[in-house]
Amino acid sequence: MKDVPDIEKVKFNLETMRIDRSSAPNEINPFDLHALEEAVRLKEKYGGVVTAISMGPPMAEKSLREALARGADRAILLSDRRFAGSDTLATSYTLACAIRKLESYDLILTGEKTVDGDTGQVGPEVAEHLGIPNVPYVIKIQEISGGYVIAESMLDSEIVVYRSTLPALISVTKDINFPRIPTLRDKIKARKVEVTIWKADDLSECSQEMFGVHGSPTNVARVDFPTIEGRRGVRIDGDPDTCVEKLLKYLSEEGVI
Amino acid sequence: MWKDIMVFTELRDGRIHEITYELLNKGREMADKIGWNLSAIYFGEEQTLCEELIYHGADQVYRISDVNFRKFIPQVQTNCLKGVILREKPSVVLFGATRIGRTLASRLAASLRTGLTADCIGLDIDNEGNLIQTRPAFTGNILATILTKTRPQMCTVRYRVFERARRDTSRVGEVIDVDYLSPSSVGMEILERKPLEEVNLPDARIIVSGGRGFRRKEDLKMLKELAELLGGEVGASRPLIDEGWIGREHQVGFSGNTVKPDLYMAFGISGSPQHLAGMRDSKIIVAVNKDPTAPISRFADYYIVADLYEILPRLISKLRELKKT
Repeated sequence: MKDVPDIEKVKFNLETMRIDRSSAPNEINPFDLHALEEAVRLKEKYGGVVTAISMGPPMAEKSLREALARGADRAILLSDRRFAGSDTLATSYTLACAIRKLESYDLILTGEKTVDGDTGQVGPEVAEHLGIPNVPYVIKIQEISGGYVIAESMLDSEIVVYRSTLPALISVTKDINFPRIPTLRDKIKARKVEVTIWKADDLSECSQEMFGVHGSPTNVARVDFPTIEGRRGVRIDGDPDTCVEKLLKYLSEEGVI
Repeated sequence: MWKDIMVFTELRDGRIHEITYELLNKGREMADKIGWNLSAIYFGEEQTLCEELIYHGADQVYRISDVNFRKFIPQVQTNCLKGVILREKPSVVLFGATRIGRTLASRLAASLRTGLTADCIGLDIDNEGNLIQTRPAFTGNILATILTKTRPQMCTVRYRVFERARRDTSRVGEVIDVDYLSPSSVGMEILERKPLEEVNLPDARIIVSGGRGFRRKEDLKMLKELAELLGGEVGASRPLIDEGWIGREHQVGFSGNTVKPDLYMAFGISGSPQHLAGMRDSKIIVAVNKDPTAPISRFADYYIVADLYEILPRLISKLRELKKT
């Protein structure tokens, strides 16, 4: 899961080339809520333990606490200055390191993308680092049995039903479920669970040079504001009939209808 | 070492998807600028498709005929692409930013431990062979220029941003059969495939969209009628999808489809950044909204300040009338 700014409100600081975190509150990436909900539903159906993992600054602990209120059993925050500045390769590598450190896992669920980065890359990249199959853009998990998961993937022009061995990574779309709203009791319960913090040194099995800025092959060289392309900006006035007539005249002059 | 440009050939039902021709066009332009070759990598065996790739700009086509590579099993195809790339060492590898393209590109980049830039809308190459990648960020409010220090430099490219390559049947190229790779078994298989109802927003020439200004689900019928009259498709902003009034395949916006039709008509849409990010590049934008200061007014070519319920029924009956005569 990722702690993200409210993308509709957040401002961008052109001098630092970073988002201004004080300009909007943070929340769990909306796509990830669906992944978490699906994990909790699977737990309710098949048993097991749901671990929520996030990488981010210490303040991301708040979102992990919300994940606990929403049904996760434990939460791990990967937080270290050495993780800062990670692109999708470094992020996925670090997450994969943390997942390897868990005693065992059967299924990794992620959102299809984040609202801030909007790449959709981290999920499949994690699967590749771990050497496990990934089922992308899943709209339904049909069943899990005998070491397999059967899931419906919504690709560009078709729905493909996959059967994959476990462990596997599944990235979900928003169509998969409606996330539940945690109750006050859930929230109080979640306060009692400790969020585990892992630092770079806790991931000692991994190559430290693959973390953060050093491990990130891409960098933002420049940031621009796109200009609004010259629009005609014609305001059509009058009574509704006149408006419709004028509009049709303009559109046929433009040659678009 | 690490030169040339490679394009991933995306297929739909055995035919070449348009995005591939757009990648070939941009790829050719950059290859000519720096004196590199342009190749395409293709999972299939059709000689005629290889020729099409060459007619549209490829100097080489790497053809992988083995049927085991043809199904979309991300891990299997990734392993194959990796094999070819490590042997041919292209400096730049381009994918379409489709669901298939994104998934393969991600696995491949992780596997090669290289950088990947998503959703590029601008590409250029400098004299040193650095790929200059431009992508929208923060719901399109800013444009970020991204460089990759590792090789290959990989990116996915948005559909319908670059012009498609011109077909030139006098072009010649080489088809190279890749038969040195054997598919690995990865424990993932396809049980069933169901085609989706064709709502192809990115390909539509005209899109008529509705938003919060609609008061009842049934009223969306009007949009459908208008779309039929104009030969277009129906779009919608996120609130209508969240309400469950219309399917997600109709969603225009940052988390839905990015569209660029000749005509985009927005009824009762205020123009949140999330929506604007998905349609701001349309050729002609018409908006009908009660609020004279709605953000979409700044993006519209033609703006009618009115309740959509005043305009839409009249527009439909007028067009019907015109159609009869």
